[in-house]
Amino acid sequence: MSEQKPGWRELPRGAVPYKSTEEYETGDWGVEYPEIDRSRCTKCMLCHFYCPEGAIKVREDGYTEVDLRYCKGCGICAEECPVKCIKMVLKT
Amino acid sequence: MSDLTLREAAKKTDLLAPGHRLCAGCDESIIVRMVLKAVRGPTMVTAATGCLEVATTIFPYTAWRLPWIHSAFENAAATASGMEAAWRAMRRKGRGPLAKYETLDIVAFAGDGGTYDIGLQALSGALERGHDFTYVLLDNEAYMNTGIQRSGGTPHAAATTTSPAGHVIPGKREWKKPIDEIVIAHEIPYVATMSAAWPMDVMRKARSAFEAEGPAFLHAIVPCTRGWRYPSEKTIEISRLAVQTCIFPLWECRLEEGRPVYKLSAASAAIARRPESKKPVEEYLKLQGRFRHLFRPERRDDIIDSIQAWVDHRWQMLLEKAGF
Amino acid sequence: MMKMEKQILMGLNGDEAVAYAVKQVNPDVVAAYPITPQTIIVERFSEYVADGLVDTEFVAVESEHSALSSCVGAAAAGARAFTATAANGLALMWEITYIAASLRLPIVMAVANRALSGPINIHNDHSDSMGARDSGWIQIYCENSQEVYDACIEAWRIGEHPDVQLPVMVCLDGFTLSHTMENVLTLPDETVREFIGERRFITVKGHTGEAELRLNPEAPLTMGPLDLQDFYFEHKLQQVEAMKHALRVIPEVDAEYAEVSGRRYGVLHPYRMEDAEVALIGLGSTMGTVRHVVDTLRSEGVKAGLLKMRVFRPFPAEELIEAVGDVPVIGVLDKAASFGAPGGPLYEEVKTTFYDEADRPLIADYIYGLGGRDASPQLIRDIFRRLEEIRARGEVAEKVSFVGVRE
Repeated sequence: MSEQKPGWRELPRGAVPYKSTEEYETGDWGVEYPEIDRSRCTKCMLCHFYCPEGAIKVREDGYTEVDLRYCKGCGICAEECPVKCIKMVLKT
Repeated sequence: MSDLTLREAAKKTDLLAPGHRLCAGCDESIIVRMVLKAVRGPTMVTAATGCLEVATTIFPYTAWRLPWIHSAFENAAATASGMEAAWRAMRRKGRGPLAKYETLDIVAFAGDGGTYDIGLQALSGALERGHDFTYVLLDNEAYMNTGIQRSGGTPHAAATTTSPAGHVIPGKREWKKPIDEIVIAHEIPYVATMSAAWPMDVMRKARSAFEAEGPAFLHAIVPCTRGWRYPSEKTIEISRLAVQTCIFPLWECRLEEGRPVYKLSAASAAIARRPESKKPVEEYLKLQGRFRHLFRPERRDDIIDSIQAWVDHRWQMLLEKAGF
Repeated sequence: MMKMEKQILMGLNGDEAVAYAVKQVNPDVVAAYPITPQTIIVERFSEYVADGLVDTEFVAVESEHSALSSCVGAAAAGARAFTATAANGLALMWEITYIAASLRLPIVMAVANRALSGPINIHNDHSDSMGARDSGWIQIYCENSQEVYDACIEAWRIGEHPDVQLPVMVCLDGFTLSHTMENVLTLPDETVREFIGERRFITVKGHTGEAELRLNPEAPLTMGPLDLQDFYFEHKLQQVEAMKHALRVIPEVDAEYAEVSGRRYGVLHPYRMEDAEVALIGLGSTMGTVRHVVDTLRSEGVKAGLLKMRVFRPFPAEELIEAVGDVPVIGVLDKAASFGAPGGPLYEEVKTTFYDEADRPLIADYIYGLGGRDASPQLIRDIFRRLEEIRARGEVAEKVSFVGVRE
């Protein structure tokens, strides 16, 4: 991240941010990440709602998918999955 | 509310983007995501100073996909008042950038410090004036952003950095301020409590709040992994236990013919109908490091019992108000 | 090009002049709280609202802190927002004055200057607005109700100018102006509305692309982020620059206003300065008294002059140097004390301004009128006498004096 920061003349006035946090990937925060066993998934989507990051999206086919660029590895999805089809795996 | 099924809500783009820097397992962003899935259309958000504000808007980044403003700590309700007044004036004039919006959901997010304590005056003023906005209290029961100091919303006996569990004083001496009753005394159209463990309940209540004409108040219990000292994956479990032990029951209260009419939400109504299903508050306390001194080095039954008595008393009062 | 309009002479005290001007501006939101000696402003304005003479949403807030906070919310949402306060009310707003300026919100606020507690006192001095001089607001000090009325119209054009985008404080002396009836020439409503026009927005590049600087559901911006070591300083520099622009914009707006009103004030106003040997510099209603004394002294053969500073923020340093010219002795009238400082706030600005000048006048500070202590013609005469002594001696023996106070 050695990008040159803009000077005061270039920055937008009113101190409004000019980047989305989507450009700020928090996926390296955690030590574990979730793995979904879709063979057992019931498509209840609770993991989508419970994810603090909004990193678990519901796909067209109704299964959920974790965006590891943002997952902080909190483990809520695995803990709360009603059928326990998500497990936290240590990053290697 | 056909857009408010779980399936439809799950399809909506989150209005809080990922990449924010709230802690892993933070409940604030879970609640905020759910609340914002329930907006009806054009929306503006203001946030009080706090974790949510700080962690989502570290310049030059922002996580907000809707118009958002932070001004100060104690003035979220006053800022929202001005936003609403602006919209109202432009509607009346038929001129100005907001004139075209038939509905405008104005949401204020604030923590317990910004609500029970420093922001209470601004909140009371805004409720009394009747601005059409929704105030969401994200109650993590201490000043977490400054490092876990006690607030008026901190529960009895909880250890914080300004109410530590010492050799003489075992955590916070006072009891949690009854903020909901204070708010309801303002005779506003809609007040509800929420727990992230029940996503549909949160979204449905948020929608009711937006639809209410006048001020609405949503009080969410927001477990905090750092301040409550529990592993990050337990956030939802603790949110659920808060309801199951009745230390934080779920209900909504509408003003009907000038009277506050309480209605227990499904999870709490089930307990009201089957009192034996009410879990002991100990099950909630023992998962949290902030109450560890109640169990170790020796068990403090006196304090645990007094908390249980407080919960039972408040629960009984709620049952009476809700017609049980 | 607008043409000069027929004007109506009205009997208005300073507060009423504010309320009447704001009525003509017809802002979207007025959020205010009563405090003496500002209260007449909110009372009159409430009557305009009650009588349906304005479209404004009047937010009768529960504190001044919420008054300015509501204005911040309203202005951020794209509204024109106005508030008024005094003394402790301004002190209670203090936190939000800085925030309003940093968010670049062109809010207009009238301050009926009153001494700050404690001990509590309701009368005029400048301790309140001087306390806010570093908050990032433009500050205009008025001599009479006419200036008050005119400033409350010009303020919108100044603050909303694309190169400025800053809040504006119109300062009028409590009671001396706020409660004193004077003749005020007022413009027709349509002329005022045409002069100020609709609020304009600047465009900034936010996280979703180009967007007007306001809360817009269709082009969302984030206002008031966490701004740390790596960017806060740059944003402060933008405010510094905006103030520099304001110094250019204020006379431009003033000149345009002169075309419709026939009245022009500039950033400062010299009176009989060309050949003056002693002159006073000051702010606000006392300048009327000084002008009267200058005339009397002139008739007695004393070459006295007056330099009224109308704009204190941004401070018009170059204009000040030019207006002082060759006047050898300057007295500064400060209606505020800065405890522990080398002198009063205006004195420090004036001395700083002249420090780098090879040919600089002798400068002495006279702190007067605290808590509403009368600034009589005799007091002003006495100060001029002291200035003459300085001129005779060729040095300033006493740099800072507290005048009109018992030993």
